[in-house]
Amino acid sequence: MIRYIIRRILQAIPLLFIISLMIFFLLRSSGDPIAMMGGRRATRPEDRERLTRLLGLDQPLYKQYITWLIGNDWSLVDIDGDGIPETPGTRKGALRGDFGNSLVKRGVPAMDLILERLPNTLLLMIPAEIIILLISLAVGIYSALKQYSLVDQVVTAGSFIGYSMPIFFIALASMYIFAVNFRKWGLPYLPTIGMFDPKVGKTFSQVALHMVLPIFSMSVISISGYSRYIRSEMLEVISQDYIRTAHAKGLTERMVLIGHALKNAAIPFVTILAIDIPFLLGGAVVTESIFAWPGMGRLFIDHLGRSDTPVVMGILMMISVAVVFSQIIVDIVYAWLDPRIRYS
Amino acid sequence: MKTTIPKTKQYGVEDIESPPLSISQLVWLRFRRHKMALVGVVLLILLILFSTVGALFRTEAYGNITDTSIRLQAPSPEHPFGTDTVGRDLLTRTIYGGQISLMIGLTAVIIQIVVGVLIGAIAGYYGGWIDSLLMRFTEAVFNVPTLPLLLVLSKMLSDKIPTIELFGREFSGSVIVITGVIGLTSWMGLARLVRANFLSLKEQEFVTAARSIGAKNSSIIFSHILPNTIAPIIVSSTLGVAGAIINEAYVSFLGVGVMPPTATWGNMLNGAYKYIETAPWTWIFPGTLIVLTVLSINFVGDGLRDALDPRALVETE
Repeated sequence: MIRYIIRRILQAIPLLFIISLMIFFLLRSSGDPIAMMGGRRATRPEDRERLTRLLGLDQPLYKQYITWLIGNDWSLVDIDGDGIPETPGTRKGALRGDFGNSLVKRGVPAMDLILERLPNTLLLMIPAEIIILLISLAVGIYSALKQYSLVDQVVTAGSFIGYSMPIFFIALASMYIFAVNFRKWGLPYLPTIGMFDPKVGKTFSQVALHMVLPIFSMSVISISGYSRYIRSEMLEVISQDYIRTAHAKGLTERMVLIGHALKNAAIPFVTILAIDIPFLLGGAVVTESIFAWPGMGRLFIDHLGRSDTPVVMGILMMISVAVVFSQIIVDIVYAWLDPRIRYS
Repeated sequence: MKTTIPKTKQYGVEDIESPPLSISQLVWLRFRRHKMALVGVVLLILLILFSTVGALFRTEAYGNITDTSIRLQAPSPEHPFGTDTVGRDLLTRTIYGGQISLMIGLTAVIIQIVVGVLIGAIAGYYGGWIDSLLMRFTEAVFNVPTLPLLLVLSKMLSDKIPTIELFGREFSGSVIVITGVIGLTSWMGLARLVRANFLSLKEQEFVTAARSIGAKNSSIIFSHILPNTIAPIIVSSTLGVAGAIINEAYVSFLGVGVMPPTATWGNMLNGAYKYIETAPWTWIFPGTLIVLTVLSINFVGDGLRDALDPRALVETE
């Protein structure tokens, strides 16, 4: 098992290397970071040249990549443009947690900007993930046990519709119903924008109230997909011989359900988490920009619009690392849960 | 799909003498049982009619007329879907936007099929280092979340291609960019599926037979193995059309997709959340059309999955 874990981690290294190469070359060939530096245009040719050298953009691409990856603080760089390197480099490189400085907010490390927003994104993602797991398990199991009942059919139809909706439509429709129309009808309505009402301040209840609609919008699609999945998993498990044996032994329905059926149906469920993390992170871009939630997704779209390559690259890399490692964890948990799987 | 089966005829034991059904007849028989898939087909036909026949009544230029004096008007007989923030007629824009959205969906899937099948087939057939190289690459693309990657690629390329003229209509170059970008970021699932099928099929006897009579590798791949794995490709690419339409909507919704004046259902929604209260018609109509399209394609895909399942085919026989 330990050998398996080590092997998986070793396999992740070349994978992340390929990903970083891919993203780096994509982003470096996009736009002109100097033209967009915080909206202040560097028009004079000598300014452009100086900025190009300052950002290291005069170097060949492969050198830029090496600087991005491992930094240049042990060598000298040529800033004044006379061809002789004289200034010590300051970059530490992505491996040491330095994605370079943001171009829009000058002098602020991209990493700091991202880390400042990360907790807000997690504040939406973790509760959303828990809600997705609980509701889709409950719905999936219920409709499997009551197969072809009215509830099952309603759930199946509903999940089909939910699964076909883009996040922004759910978000817009839920805002329209629960915020706009509830207020019109004189009902208690939900806030739609930001993390808290500036008049009240950042209190726990304010933030919790502002979380309701974004989390709802994020979870509908996933719940629709996974409850169908759990339903079919559960149906397959129920028809197995060992369930009949459990019934024959005289176990209560509850014992059979929880002790035998659910335990086996839940194993593939772990993989769902791995599929869901990139999906939720991608969806965060949409959800956060609609609900003006100050998270990583919103940071991404704001800074992408202004060609702030270090921040965009940093966010993409962090998401990819999260995805790769969550997959490793899921594979390990899977191996631990299911004794039929043996890795040699 | 052929519909040559006489409708009243029931196939049972007494019909044992009748000629065996062809594959397409069997598929149609099974597909027909799927009520929701039929609903999906009908809905899809209606949506296609909406954006093609509708175009006969209103010209695209009419949908691009801006008149701020009638901005954000509620639906009325003159503008059945209302008007947008610069006074353009929303009905006309949903008609022409639908053409673009559907076209992007279909074309992106063609790209997806070409790339996915090629990579999957080559990796699965040749195996060895080619397989590990291609699969590492596939895994790498797979691990970058699609939406952020799409946004980066669209942002970076959207102004690189100039406006082009095709069939007497002007298309913003961004249409081509978005189509290509969606196709190139969604082939990974298909590649894995094709590879898995190739891995098992290449060990079968018909492949050995083909090789022993001296068939070339390319002919074994494309005319011997590929036709045997066509069913999952059809299902996956049908669902892929829905995915591509949703992806286009996401990217255009966030303002880096297809650029105006060319309308798509997605870019009509760009900025709509500012008018969520004052002008709900600006997002309800295009949004509902996206949901209906995706829903009906998903229904059809689900029906096809059941109809094309080889185990199911045997049952019907």
